[in-house]
Amino acid sequence: MKRIFLEFERSVAELEEKIGELRYAHDASAVDISEEIERLEKKAHKQLEELYARLDAWQTTQVARHPLRPYTLDYVQRIFTDFEELHGDRHFADDKAIVGGLARFDGRPCMVIGHQKGRDTKEKIARNFGMPRPEGYRKALRLMKLAEKFGLPIFTFVDTPGAYPGIDAEERGQSEAIGRNLYEMAMLRVPVVVTVIGEGGSGGALAIAVGDTVLMLQHAVYSVISPEGCASILWKSAEKAPEAAEILGITAPKLLSLGLIDGIVPEPVGGAHREPEKMAEILKGHLQQALAGLEGLAPEALVERRQQRLVSYGRFAERS
Amino acid sequence: MSWLDKILPPRIRREVSGARHNVPEGLWTKCEACDEVLYAADLDRELRVCPKCGHHHRIRARARLEALLDPEGRVEIGAEVRPVDALKFKDSKRYTDRLKEATKATGESEALIVLAGRLETLPVVAACFEFEFMGGSMGSVVGERFVRGVRHAIEHRCGFVCIAASGGARMQEGVLSLMQMAKTNAALTQLAQARLPFVSVLTDPTMGGVSASFAFMGDVVVAEPGALIGFAGPRVIEQTVRQTLPEGFQRAEFLLEKGALDAIVDRRRLRPWLARTFSLLGLRPHEVA
Repeated sequence: MKRIFLEFERSVAELEEKIGELRYAHDASAVDISEEIERLEKKAHKQLEELYARLDAWQTTQVARHPLRPYTLDYVQRIFTDFEELHGDRHFADDKAIVGGLARFDGRPCMVIGHQKGRDTKEKIARNFGMPRPEGYRKALRLMKLAEKFGLPIFTFVDTPGAYPGIDAEERGQSEAIGRNLYEMAMLRVPVVVTVIGEGGSGGALAIAVGDTVLMLQHAVYSVISPEGCASILWKSAEKAPEAAEILGITAPKLLSLGLIDGIVPEPVGGAHREPEKMAEILKGHLQQALAGLEGLAPEALVERRQQRLVSYGRFAERS
Repeated sequence: MSWLDKILPPRIRREVSGARHNVPEGLWTKCEACDEVLYAADLDRELRVCPKCGHHHRIRARARLEALLDPEGRVEIGAEVRPVDALKFKDSKRYTDRLKEATKATGESEALIVLAGRLETLPVVAACFEFEFMGGSMGSVVGERFVRGVRHAIEHRCGFVCIAASGGARMQEGVLSLMQMAKTNAALTQLAQARLPFVSVLTDPTMGGVSASFAFMGDVVVAEPGALIGFAGPRVIEQTVRQTLPEGFQRAEFLLEKGALDAIVDRRRLRPWLARTFSLLGLRPHEVA
């Protein structure tokens, strides 16, 4: 697949282009330049490593939104077996911005639910750029209740710019749909393992992200408002998005330090999109570990533990 | 005032001079909707509902609670919970300065006031948003006070009523504020397990993270006439769909029509309406010890 480079990866892009040219020349020339190629490859890798070791919040946002970043179904395909997609909310429609279905995880039946973005223009439109409408959240809830009924653990994958801000979405109760999921998920009697794999866009993300263990990929972001939205409110200009990204505290390390997530899943050098297979393998290991930590709990203990976690969120002072 | 200002409808003009109702303007005031000149004391006596056209002007949280609860036996809950600046948030102003300004302007320490007391003798906990405090935005303190209110309701077998007026989550607290959506709802599931009623009253405006968390989770959900209620703001929607929004879109009457609300209740009738509803849902006056 053709690589797509981000603005801040320019130096690496130039090196890789040179490597490509040399390879081409190497095939045609009599002189052995493989050593030179190897040297440049090492250099490119090192540069990438250094770049990704100190991404700022805005760069991280771009990686989280990378057009080649693995989406929910890319992970489902690699981590789970026997996946059978289940469609529709039974009331209005099938929202393709959220996918879900039964599957097996290490042979064990489970439910998988996630936001789904599209890869090409046609699919992007069909999936509404991963922005669900109320029927998407209601489908997700229907599948969660199904999982609960049969005692199946739930894995959710979060990757959305946000819930869709449209006329139809409002008419059908976008607020109620999101609120209902938060409410019901607090009471689910089965383990819920959440992974933010790309963009965790506000309430639209949270509506499938209330869980017993919440993981975040290293370069994923999770935010109360998009950096662009925040910038246009505070500075009246979306161009201040990089500053907004920084102050909003949207990166995995920041959220871990605030106690809002439980773990960070490291990504391969250069981001998940460079090595999707490896990324899936690493993620699978973390999911196994997360599930193992929850499986011993009785349903009552699980719900109690989750509720305690949820009501403990926040930072405040107490004054007498 | 130019001729242009004169022909602008009052609703548009209000946006321009948004601070108008902050300022005590003396004896006379004008209805924002029908332009009727009103005696200010009359408007306050009517809980800021225009006696001529019924327009519901915004009302301060304390004034509302004052009108809602019986005078005896009120206890404030969670007043000791105060905001902190966990993100060291600073745009053109520091978050800590914005908090100070909001406190100075409103006399309140945060955007949610919770009182335990009685409503026509029925034991209730009432949580009320102060919109004048940073747009009634929900941060960690609002979430914590809400949860303490719910806990009090469970411990003392009270009904719980929340009167919302909020622009949504508080940006200055980042994901901490987002998580208050999950936090408040988790507390409400515990109230439900205790089989105690939650009535949600939506007033102008109820948007974003407040609308999309506990606002619609009431056993009964009602709104005030004309209140703007929705997930996304009208401007965001207009920019996204690039079409003009239908007349009355996201207003209480529109939501009632779409099946999102149980009823629309006039503010002047809210106290007896709540008493009747709580009573029908099984709430009884506590035995006097």
